[in-house]
Amino acid sequence: MSRKGMNRRQFLQTSGVAVAGTAAAVGTGTMLVDPKGAWAMSLQALDEHTATTLVVVCRQIYPHDRLGDVYYAKVVEGLDGKAAKDKDVGKLLADGVASLDKSVGDVKWMDLSDGYQLDALKQVESTKFFQTVRGELITGLYNNPDVWRHFGYEGASAEFGGYINRGFNDIGWLKDT
Amino acid sequence: MVAKYDLNDDGVVVIVGSGAGGGTLGNELAQKGIDVVILEAGPRIEMDDFVNDEWQSFVNISWLDKRTTSGNWRVAHDFPNLPAWIVKAVGGSTIHWAGASLRFQEHEFKTKTTYGDIAGANLLDWPLTLADLEPYYAKAESKMGVTGTNGIPRLPGNNNFHVLAAGAKRVGYKEFHTGNMAINSQPRDGRGSCQQIGFCFQGCKSGAKWSTLMAEIPKGEATGKLEVRPQSQVLQIQHDDAGKVTGVLYADKDGNQQVQKARLVAVAGNSIESPRLLLNSASSKFPDGMANSSGQVGRNYMRHTTGSVYAYFEKPVNMYRGTTMAGIIRDEAPNDPKRGFVGGYEMETLSLGLPFMAAFLSPGAWGRDFTSALDMYENMAGMWIVGEDMPQQTNRVSLHASEKDKYGLPIPDVHFDDHANDLAMRSHAYKSGTAVYDAVGALRVFETPPYPSTHNLGTNRMAENARDGVVNKHGQTHDIKNLFVSDGSQFTTGAAENPTLTIVTLAIRQADYIADQMGKKEI
Repeated sequence: MSRKGMNRRQFLQTSGVAVAGTAAAVGTGTMLVDPKGAWAMSLQALDEHTATTLVVVCRQIYPHDRLGDVYYAKVVEGLDGKAAKDKDVGKLLADGVASLDKSVGDVKWMDLSDGYQLDALKQVESTKFFQTVRGELITGLYNNPDVWRHFGYEGASAEFGGYINRGFNDIGWLKDT
Repeated sequence: MVAKYDLNDDGVVVIVGSGAGGGTLGNELAQKGIDVVILEAGPRIEMDDFVNDEWQSFVNISWLDKRTTSGNWRVAHDFPNLPAWIVKAVGGSTIHWAGASLRFQEHEFKTKTTYGDIAGANLLDWPLTLADLEPYYAKAESKMGVTGTNGIPRLPGNNNFHVLAAGAKRVGYKEFHTGNMAINSQPRDGRGSCQQIGFCFQGCKSGAKWSTLMAEIPKGEATGKLEVRPQSQVLQIQHDDAGKVTGVLYADKDGNQQVQKARLVAVAGNSIESPRLLLNSASSKFPDGMANSSGQVGRNYMRHTTGSVYAYFEKPVNMYRGTTMAGIIRDEAPNDPKRGFVGGYEMETLSLGLPFMAAFLSPGAWGRDFTSALDMYENMAGMWIVGEDMPQQTNRVSLHASEKDKYGLPIPDVHFDDHANDLAMRSHAYKSGTAVYDAVGALRVFETPPYPSTHNLGTNRMAENARDGVVNKHGQTHDIKNLFVSDGSQFTTGAAENPTLTIVTLAIRQADYIADQMGKKEI
């Protein structure tokens, strides 16, 4: 196995980070790794269930099939950072997930179908919990430069001399101009 | 040799704010040999420190002091503490502006006469005509290097413009081009030409765009007659027993309160802070605030009837590349009441980067319907609508009843209700914009609601009679001879055009008047 070919999970394993099951203590926090190997995050405040649920909540709020879970996990890491600084945020997020888990019988929200997950989110869309997660997504997801290239947005241009020689007027498909 | 004036020097003209109005007035007066101190609330951020990053730039340069909102405008719902998207830095909102420089139309100085009585609208003719302003417009266009004037070639069209123009042509519009832009299409006045960077809103990193930071202020400073003091927020205008202005109280960069004496004070803090300052300067002599015998200070707040139309197409556009607003359709700008509303509107290219598109395309929206639009970002084109809105007495900037800023002064509340005429115009403009994009094969079109206001106008309006407004045709307050207003808050009505050129024009004219009156010892 070449190092280049490793996924994040394999990298973490060979780097000496214990990945027993899905979570392992790392320093003062917890390293949480997606069972499918799509992402890993270091948690300081949120519990495992809250964090893994929030990754899916984030995708349901702003679903982009072209984006892997790693970008949504990054947003949850941002929320965890806020929870570590402010206990109220941690409680808001944990309580929010707990209330989602009660939306259909005894089935955890994570285990609901797509449609029922969306119905449950629709019910709470005006709550502080939902708006906190959505607000974090607006900057945490769409202001992540690693995300931009998936949308064809090129970011800063001044350091490349602007677009004067790089396609500011390269549209080729209009017939009238 | 940059000037430095003493706090006790009562011979200086003090200007509050360094944007299009204050920065221009400061340079114009300094060129005439008049001693000027500009007090700017924000820091001095030079061109090299501007960043091509929407959120970072927003945090770096925006006016983010807390404000509250009320009224039925959508901004109050979407951005309750951010009524305006303006700048707190030396250069003011000329750092953020897009550069569109259009003269007002003749009828827009005579709206009461032209439109007649419109229920709920507090219309008034300007005490000025287009003919009065034409020589000053010419000076402003030359100063700012406006394309399409003074033999200056227009900018080349970017991708977003080409979509707009192709649609305009198919719809049958006649007047569309890359605009009259205060952005150099060729090197001029010591500044280079546009490099098609994009990010015009985040501060031009090549210096091609005119701003008071890049053009007026350095020229004024070079005379040795202009001192700009950044991080100096004016808290109160002071006066003597006779009611004459004597100076200003301000908080300096260390938070210490200072008094700068003055022969004359010109207020140019944009249409939210300027009336707030007058209202916060209430005294036993002026219990309703300074220069407010008319009761009009803070009233008739206008923000233009705005909105955006975005559309996506089968193939890529990459609208964000190049000059943000170099593209305009002017056919809907004239007054044509047959459309169901008075006044007119301009359609101008506009683009946002992905981060701001996510925040502004449909504020609050979520789910696949929304994200499927962002998925087509690369194929999007966009335009901004800017039209004349109706002045209403109840649309106003007032002092918050309980919330105070860090200096203990009431924060401003911005109340705005859309007038029926505004809604009818916006609806018409959305349809026109949609038709333009449909004509070139739009797959989906979005009616995007207004962003926080960049065009803030009218809260210290100009009027022939003292009972109808705050200032006269020179921006001099009716109540106090040595107190002037020098920003867009002077506007009697808003017109359909982007306001900066007219603010600069009025500042040039005001400088002539101030110099004349000072020469005659009238003030």
